[in-house]
Amino acid sequence: MAGRFWAIFFMLAAVVTVGFSAIGPEFRWWFPGDGHAHSTLGKKIDDLFYLILIIVTVTYIGTHVVLGYVLWRGAGIQKNDKVWFSHGSHALEVIWTIVPSGILLFIALYQMDVWRNYRVKSYFPPKTEAVAEVTARQFEWRIRYPARGKKLQPRPQPDDIYTVNDIRVPAGQPVAISLRTDDVQHAIFIPELRVKQDAVPGLVIPVWFEVTDTGTYDMVCAELCGWGHYKMKARVVATSEEDFEAWKANAAKEQFYDGLPAAPEAVAAKAGDE
Amino acid sequence: MSTVTPDVGHPGAGGHDHDSHGHHGHGHAEPSPLSLLWQLPTFSCDHKVIGLQFLITTLMMLMVGGALALGVRWQLAFPWERMPILGDTIFKADGGQIAPETYTMLVTMHASVMIFLVIIPILAGAFGNFLIPLQIGADDMAFPLLNALSYWFMWPAIACFAASFFFGGGPANGWTSYPLLSALPEASPASGMAQTLWLIGLTLIGVSSMMGSVNYMTTIINMRAPGMTLFRMPLTIWSMFITAILQAFALPVLTAAGFMLVADRTLGTCFFIPSGIVVNNAAPTIGGGQPLLWQHLFWFYSHPAVYIMLLPAMGMVSDMMACMSRKPIFGYKPMVYSLAAIAGLGFIVWGHHMFTSGMNPALGMTFMVSTILIALPSAVKTFNWLGTMWGGRIQFNAVMLNCIAFVSMFIVGGLSGIFMAAVPVDIYIHDTYFIVAHFHYVLFGATLFGCFGAIQFWFPKMFGRMMNDTLGKVHFVLTFLAFNCTFFPMHLLGVAGFPRRYADPYHFPYLEHLLPLNQFMTIAAIVMGFSQFLLLANFFGSMFFGKRCGRNPWNANGLEWSTPSPPGHGNFDVPPVCYHGPYEYSSPLSHDKDFLPQTEYVPLAQRQAVAQSGH
Repeated sequence: MAGRFWAIFFMLAAVVTVGFSAIGPEFRWWFPGDGHAHSTLGKKIDDLFYLILIIVTVTYIGTHVVLGYVLWRGAGIQKNDKVWFSHGSHALEVIWTIVPSGILLFIALYQMDVWRNYRVKSYFPPKTEAVAEVTARQFEWRIRYPARGKKLQPRPQPDDIYTVNDIRVPAGQPVAISLRTDDVQHAIFIPELRVKQDAVPGLVIPVWFEVTDTGTYDMVCAELCGWGHYKMKARVVATSEEDFEAWKANAAKEQFYDGLPAAPEAVAAKAGDE
Repeated sequence: MSTVTPDVGHPGAGGHDHDSHGHHGHGHAEPSPLSLLWQLPTFSCDHKVIGLQFLITTLMMLMVGGALALGVRWQLAFPWERMPILGDTIFKADGGQIAPETYTMLVTMHASVMIFLVIIPILAGAFGNFLIPLQIGADDMAFPLLNALSYWFMWPAIACFAASFFFGGGPANGWTSYPLLSALPEASPASGMAQTLWLIGLTLIGVSSMMGSVNYMTTIINMRAPGMTLFRMPLTIWSMFITAILQAFALPVLTAAGFMLVADRTLGTCFFIPSGIVVNNAAPTIGGGQPLLWQHLFWFYSHPAVYIMLLPAMGMVSDMMACMSRKPIFGYKPMVYSLAAIAGLGFIVWGHHMFTSGMNPALGMTFMVSTILIALPSAVKTFNWLGTMWGGRIQFNAVMLNCIAFVSMFIVGGLSGIFMAAVPVDIYIHDTYFIVAHFHYVLFGATLFGCFGAIQFWFPKMFGRMMNDTLGKVHFVLTFLAFNCTFFPMHLLGVAGFPRRYADPYHFPYLEHLLPLNQFMTIAAIVMGFSQFLLLANFFGSMFFGKRCGRNPWNANGLEWSTPSPPGHGNFDVPPVCYHGPYEYSSPLSHDKDFLPQTEYVPLAQRQAVAQSGH
């Protein structure tokens, strides 16, 4: 019964893939960090992911059970047995067109809100302030913050604060960054926050997110930008509002420190911090 | 005589039982098995020779593309280590290491070779050419010379791709070649002459495909045998027809975009270049263009192209599956309509490649709905394939195993597509290995397994000999297992946020622990790559040592099986007449056998008798 062997062969392959996915999280072959999203929208994205995962897993197992049954049965039909001579069934075609289309439409429409909330500016949370301008270039990220108490201006101001590959944001409130690129196309990708947006030459794109937990998150480039694409390593540091303001004050002092002894308190403040 | 074991009983006289009634209208003698092979180096206008030229060229290119992929896999498993075998010769300057610009080149050229020199030409070029006239009962293509040109235009394209390796390390801007990286020669070492050559090569492939598609459409519309109505065409022909339409309407957009990008690079136009961009301290660009325009134009072609790379395999698998299940295809018309629906919807889903690109968010919503809906005809096809096998007498030979793998892998690839069709989820998985897993399941898991099956199924028609079934099964098992071990874990890598096209992802703390899994995948990939030598050995060895077979070794219904193996110039002994659909297996109309060739006339009285008995 070589045919039965093949029925089992294909079924085993399906079982192994499902099993492999099931043990994935054990080996951290799953969402990065602690496995949870650390932004408000990220949590909704995860919910949608798991919803689709359930639908897809049920479909995968269902179709493969049918496949296995069909192969097992087909292997048992002997040379002189009659096969089921059929050109199809109208009723079945109608059923398996309408049922999946209902499920698929549900999936499509169910997602609209999250997408609208993520990208359509008029649906951004109210009072979402642009905290920084992030400019990508081959192969680093340059970040420009407005001075304390000021708003981010489209053009650089004399009192702006700069960092490289280090984005500081306050946690617990919606913040926006203005994403630009100096040269070719790049993309900002912060896996643990589930944030991704291309930086397109000639465009300034607002990206908002609300970090729920303070911490440091890896940030990578997700659009091929040349040979150094893999090394556009950066981090997002989310702190409390007070720490963010304190960091900003300190960063401003450091940036504008001119080396003259007239500003000993800056040195002292810095020493005190560390 | 209800058997599909090959007719190997009469070596040397194969097929004589079928045409013993002396219809050698064109003076055909049984041709020698290798008659097509000896014509390969000629500028033949015979569609069978051209098909075979395409097939052998693409099999060679498959090995090239596979070698490039193994370079990619080596770097991902053993970053910055000396590459074995070819490393010391090719990358001598780098101490046998794959440099980061070389890595992006490998990624780019693996995709370019596999897509433009393997998948598209093996489906439309090789099988389209070989099968269309044979299956519709024509003596050749409508435009034989144009057909020959479509093959010979492949070679300048291959030459352009090959030459591009010698400029700046080769094209390395991804097979999508997004500007500005690809538009400004200063943007990377690979953006110079290499990029221009790559674009010219791409355009030549387009010219080749266009000549093919015009030919296929004309041939299928005009040259069908008497009785071969549209709804008696094998699904292979339907899929080739729909693919040709897709190509004819989508390809001009890519060609135009390619010329625009070449103009931006060489003539100083700025279709895709905005103003004031400074790349690598070069002078600021003058600008006025929009890089997103390229993405729209490119994907307007390249999304339909995804279906160009899939639909013909769907058609061929339907043919093979019905034959190997000894049962009519389940839901022939829904199969045709769903092919058409996939093609139609395929034109309005290109934006799903651009969900994170910064295009108008309202577009994202419409593209999400159309993209998710395209899963519907795909699901209908899957159910119909399962229905086709249901209750059939399944022949578990290498052909059928590859077809079953096609269905199984297509289910995986189709289901993973739903994740990325959902825009919010796509935000996260876009440009991660989840995408890589998805399209390899569709392009390799579905299309290539379909092609492996098709090669073994139609090989007897090409050479009058069978391919070795045992070797075919060994090749299948090795490839199937190694394929899944290589690509299934990529889903999990993608969920872990593993980005694409990274020469060394492991310096990011959140990706460090994924190295062992990647090493496992690379070992599987090496097994998979080397397994393909079994296919080549079987293919070329069987030309000379395979068992001789007659005209119809699989007891199949299609018109192609009524011709000699291989068919002589002009294909048919007498112009065939078609009396049935192509899938009348186990029909009660055929008393003594389990198939009913399309050319076999069943008298009216017999049909009425069967109809009254309840069928």
